[in-house]
Amino acid sequence: MIFLTNLINGLSLGSVYAIIALGYTMVYGISKMLNFAHGDVIMVGAYISFCATSYLNLPAWVSVILAMIVCTALGILIEGLAYRPLRGTGSLAVLITAIGVSYFLQNAALIIWGSAPKVFTSVFSGFGSSISLFGGELTVTWEALFTLVAAIIIMIGMTLFTGRTKVGKAMRAVSEDNGAAQLMGINVNSTISMTFAIGSALAAIAGVLLCSSYPALMPTTGAMPGIKAFTAAVFGGIGSIPGAMLGGILIGVIEIFGRAYISSELSDAIVFGVLIIVLLVKPTGLLGKKITEKV
Amino acid sequence: MEKILSVEDINVYYGAIHAIKGISFEVNEGEIVTLIGANGAGKSTTLNTVSGLLRSKTGSIHFLGEDIGKVPAHKLVEKGLSQVPEGRRVFLQMTVQENLEMGAYTEKASTIPQNLELVYEQFPRLKERYKQVAGTLSGGEQQMLAMGRALMSQPKLLMLDEPSMGLAPILVEQIFEIIQNLHKAGTTILLVEQNAQMALSIADRAYVLETGKISLSGPASELLHNDSVRKAYLGE
Repeated sequence: MIFLTNLINGLSLGSVYAIIALGYTMVYGISKMLNFAHGDVIMVGAYISFCATSYLNLPAWVSVILAMIVCTALGILIEGLAYRPLRGTGSLAVLITAIGVSYFLQNAALIIWGSAPKVFTSVFSGFGSSISLFGGELTVTWEALFTLVAAIIIMIGMTLFTGRTKVGKAMRAVSEDNGAAQLMGINVNSTISMTFAIGSALAAIAGVLLCSSYPALMPTTGAMPGIKAFTAAVFGGIGSIPGAMLGGILIGVIEIFGRAYISSELSDAIVFGVLIIVLLVKPTGLLGKKITEKV
Repeated sequence: MEKILSVEDINVYYGAIHAIKGISFEVNEGEIVTLIGANGAGKSTTLNTVSGLLRSKTGSIHFLGEDIGKVPAHKLVEKGLSQVPEGRRVFLQMTVQENLEMGAYTEKASTIPQNLELVYEQFPRLKERYKQVAGTLSGGEQQMLAMGRALMSQPKLLMLDEPSMGLAPILVEQIFEIIQNLHKAGTTILLVEQNAQMALSIADRAYVLETGKISLSGPASELLHNDSVRKAYLGE
């Protein structure tokens, strides 16, 4: 039963990574850049939700929507101000800028909210603490359950969005060849903005879910999950949406199992060790595709 | 005859490299005009400048009377300019039908089914494979897809960049037949080709590009029999 509890916790943590990784992978796919500030958008989302419930006494669901709106705007702003002017100047400049944006967000949060951790109240606290199964042998927290459900809904939603809608298809077209996409009449800049907006809204959800399970909220809260989610995106094959989901879930499960059965100090090392092994065997990641061109 | 496209004295640079050195040409309604020349003469650069992917430092480009020199590439499709890029550049991970839908991105949703029907009529092969991912198509089929995709916006001017590149001779003939059919159906065409023989045999007028300049121009049938063209481009 302990195994089952660990598995559920791993799946739940992995779901958070997966939701964050979606943002990483979509942004990478469309603009071929690693947005290292993505993790910090999670932190901003969590703070917004925290402020809405703790200071403004708004209901939890309103705080989540508010966090999504703020993060969406933040994502569009970051892309427009920091990344767009550098488009076409080479990936190194954009990468360094992304790291700069990451520190900017962390330090802005430090000024606004201070360095002392805030205790985040779970948005699911209204449901009670946990569900007992098998006569109390297995307990599952509401947070874990809802996190899993949220990840599944988001995955289905994103699959439908990119597969069925005009904007979603345009995103795939820009990801594959932005020059050819322009020749179709697709506005590449607004499509990229849209991708940042969606990625950032997902980051807000991830921030709230993460802090609901792990309540200590600090300006650096988003940094490590951001790196792990980036790892998940690479693990699954960067640019691939199902890859990000799979990579996220696996990283979460490996981390929790590593912590439970091997060593809690080494769990991060195990996660990154597995990543290195996977990349040595399959450099494109688990679901990454190598595209061959036909002449 | 209405002037569809008129390009005057454009100069295009890649960094310090002066790729296009003062080119002027025009395309009239209903014509097939071809730009021929060796590899690196600046043919694709010229097309990409017209379609807005590259910018000229000087001169002007008028499309249907409007100065389009500063209009972003994605806004030109709506105006009726459509380009089949060099190397086809179909979206390999998308299905045939999705590729065609992308070609009609600026069209109203209600006109798409009817445009699709027209393209499928022209390219029955694409209809057979509409669900297939474009990456699994053969080179010739991908070229047809790229052309069909460009036609989805019902362009007033269709620009084709090296449609014969990398195709077997029989497929080249098929592609040129399709180009002639499109022309007969009323599409104005600007064709860039290395295969000068084929291009000159179907075109009305032609311009010969040499290291970023136009060295010769005139009716295609005349250039086909011009000695220096025959020596330089037709391998005689």
